[in-house]
Amino acid sequence: MSFSFADVDSVRKGLGDVQYLADEGIAGVVYLAERLQKPVLVEGPAGTGKTQLAKSVAEATGARLIRLQCYEGIDESKALYEWNYKKQLLRIQAERQGEDPEGEGMWQQIEDDLFSEEFLLTRPLLEAIRAAEPVVLLIDEVDRVEIETEALLLEILSDYQVSIPELGTVAASQIPLVFLTSNNTRELSEALKRRCLFLHIDYPDLDREKEIVLAKVPGVGESLADQVARIVRSVRQIELKKAPSVSETLDWARTLVLLGVEHVDADTAAETVNILLKYRSDIEKALKEFASSDEEFAAPVASS
Amino acid sequence: MKVEPATSPLLALLAGFISELRAAGLPVSLTENLDAMEAIQHIPIEDRDAFKYALAATLVKNHAHWRAFETVFEVYFSLRGAEYDLIDGEWPEGMDLSDFVDGMDGQQRRQGGGGGEAMSAEQLAEMLFQALMRGDDALMRAIARQAVQRYAGMEPGRPVGGTYYLYRTLRNLDLDGVLERLMDQARQDAPGDLTPLEERLERDEFEARVDQLRKEVEAEIRRRLVADRGVEAMAKTLRKPLPEDVDFMHASREEMMALRRAIYPLTRKLAVRLARKRRHGRKGPLDFRNTMRHSLSYGGVPAEPKFRYPRPAKPEIMVVADVSGSVAAFARFTLHLVYAISNQFSKVRSFVFIDGLDEVTSFFEGVDDIGEAVHRVNAEADVVWVDGHSDYGHAFEVFWERYGKDVGPKTTVMILGDARNNYHASQAWILKEIEHRARKVFWLNPEPGAYWDTGDSIVSEYGVHCDGVFEVRNLRQLEGFVENLV
Repeated sequence: MSFSFADVDSVRKGLGDVQYLADEGIAGVVYLAERLQKPVLVEGPAGTGKTQLAKSVAEATGARLIRLQCYEGIDESKALYEWNYKKQLLRIQAERQGEDPEGEGMWQQIEDDLFSEEFLLTRPLLEAIRAAEPVVLLIDEVDRVEIETEALLLEILSDYQVSIPELGTVAASQIPLVFLTSNNTRELSEALKRRCLFLHIDYPDLDREKEIVLAKVPGVGESLADQVARIVRSVRQIELKKAPSVSETLDWARTLVLLGVEHVDADTAAETVNILLKYRSDIEKALKEFASSDEEFAAPVASS
Repeated sequence: MKVEPATSPLLALLAGFISELRAAGLPVSLTENLDAMEAIQHIPIEDRDAFKYALAATLVKNHAHWRAFETVFEVYFSLRGAEYDLIDGEWPEGMDLSDFVDGMDGQQRRQGGGGGEAMSAEQLAEMLFQALMRGDDALMRAIARQAVQRYAGMEPGRPVGGTYYLYRTLRNLDLDGVLERLMDQARQDAPGDLTPLEERLERDEFEARVDQLRKEVEAEIRRRLVADRGVEAMAKTLRKPLPEDVDFMHASREEMMALRRAIYPLTRKLAVRLARKRRHGRKGPLDFRNTMRHSLSYGGVPAEPKFRYPRPAKPEIMVVADVSGSVAAFARFTLHLVYAISNQFSKVRSFVFIDGLDEVTSFFEGVDDIGEAVHRVNAEADVVWVDGHSDYGHAFEVFWERYGKDVGPKTTVMILGDARNNYHASQAWILKEIEHRARKVFWLNPEPGAYWDTGDSIVSEYGVHCDGVFEVRNLRQLEGFVENLV
């Protein structure tokens, strides 16, 4: 079995080449996922690049990305496979028109034909298993499915196979790299967690965020990127309903570049803050924090 | 790249590490244990960060447990890297001090590099200042070691906790003062006056650096303590409850902050779960009319049976909370949680008391920041009648007199408090009356069950008139209770 990545550093480099700046932890887990052939459960606040990670890994390894978007009420026929019953009906009709079936043997023949791969509609999970070429499977927002439906995933996650009653077990011809993302709106089941490596992606630290801005926003200057990253870090320290995500940081930086801003001062920040923050109360809070005088900041360092 | 199989001392260490994780409350299954063993074969053992992430990815499946994991990891694998050999506080070689002391007076400048022992306290302080100013990580780490060596006064075998040493070290470093100096320097360096925004950014930057220094100092103290006392003993003293298990009544300030951070995602989770439960309730009996109507499209054959979905009535909630000192935190969290899921109830009214009682429902109306409202409750509610010591009896009297008529068959009354009545009259008859009128009466007590009815606690005197008395000491129990309430 050949691996796409020789070591942790090459993961980092590979992802860096496709503009995804991974930190030590992210790169390490991606590397381990490939080595141990285990799925990765990626968790973290919205907009920190969880989905992007899977996309970037696919791009870096040159694999095909197969995506299963989870939602409430998703079931087997949407996630795994479905019999193409229209085609099956046509087949039966065609058989009737040709000649009268002559007893049991004939019917057996048709039945075998009907439940063959020809009439199988593959859905993302089965497709990922059956693909001959390398595949990255992304199961997005897995916390949205009901806890009972989670069980659908277990077989594929631990054994990389799908059991179809009429056909038997379809085993993977190659082990796909699997990423599951979760916004943590509910606790996932133990069984699911046990089968996965766990990766928590948090907001990036100052340096990484600056690099991300530099890499992703064309035309942004070094000093502007630095300022943007600093301001966002400070904003995240305020207790907000929804802290700005990385994608919002990028949107903000893009806006500043479009406006031709090279140095963010308090006024520019106040005018464009609605790109960074989405709640009225959050915006008011942030403006209040940043406009107040020195004395209020002179409070002693929180002795945490 | 296949690394040679892990040697047995490492396996033994890992086994100890995992059993300590379990002791700290992290659920580590056997499969995960095996995964961890396999994972570390794939990474270079000398790379400490990679090692840590490999263990974390296989063993820790909940981000709230990360801190606990990190602490245990630091203890178990603290002394096992070449860069951490500096037990005696030697100055790292090749680090020439004269580079860093350029800012000092001539006569204070040291004669060449070498052992940090000879440095004066002023020099150390100056170097600290320089290191923070430049954000030089290596120097900061070296200074942290020096500072612990010099100020903590650690003695082998002395049975004091790490916090004592930490306090001693930090007091001598005077980080608040250093921070002010850094800010002054930043103000001087700036071309013009700093705008509030710039000022704020500078300060956040320096605070981040000071915080990092503090962590270095903590880590250094921990390393030394481990060396002195051994891994197992140290891990045991550092064992802290996970955020969801922290006791409301005895939470430290830091734990309180962690709790407050934990409650937001918790409420969101709970709200989503409850909404889902409501939508996906069991199917009810056959809805005949609806089935007939749909049968028309099948030529009168009722091919698609329709069912009546049960619509459980939303309860009306009255929260009556003791907000006196000892249980205030508990009341705060419960109010927070109840209001966060208030759309699950037809109506929520809240009352707070110490020895007087006040309705605070209006504080929560139309605000979208519950934390803010809870804060206002603490500041503005008129809850003191005589002396500001809990008097459940009088509070209930007031409640009954003013709001008793509002308690109806749809109302669920939740009473929060430790029932420590300071030997006042209990007036338990009021609860009996309320129980008659209300749908349910629940009492939530933040005290451990073993302390009930000791001293001035009269919880069972009230309890006989309640539909349930629950011990709710931590977020886990609170979440469980609120979920069952709906």
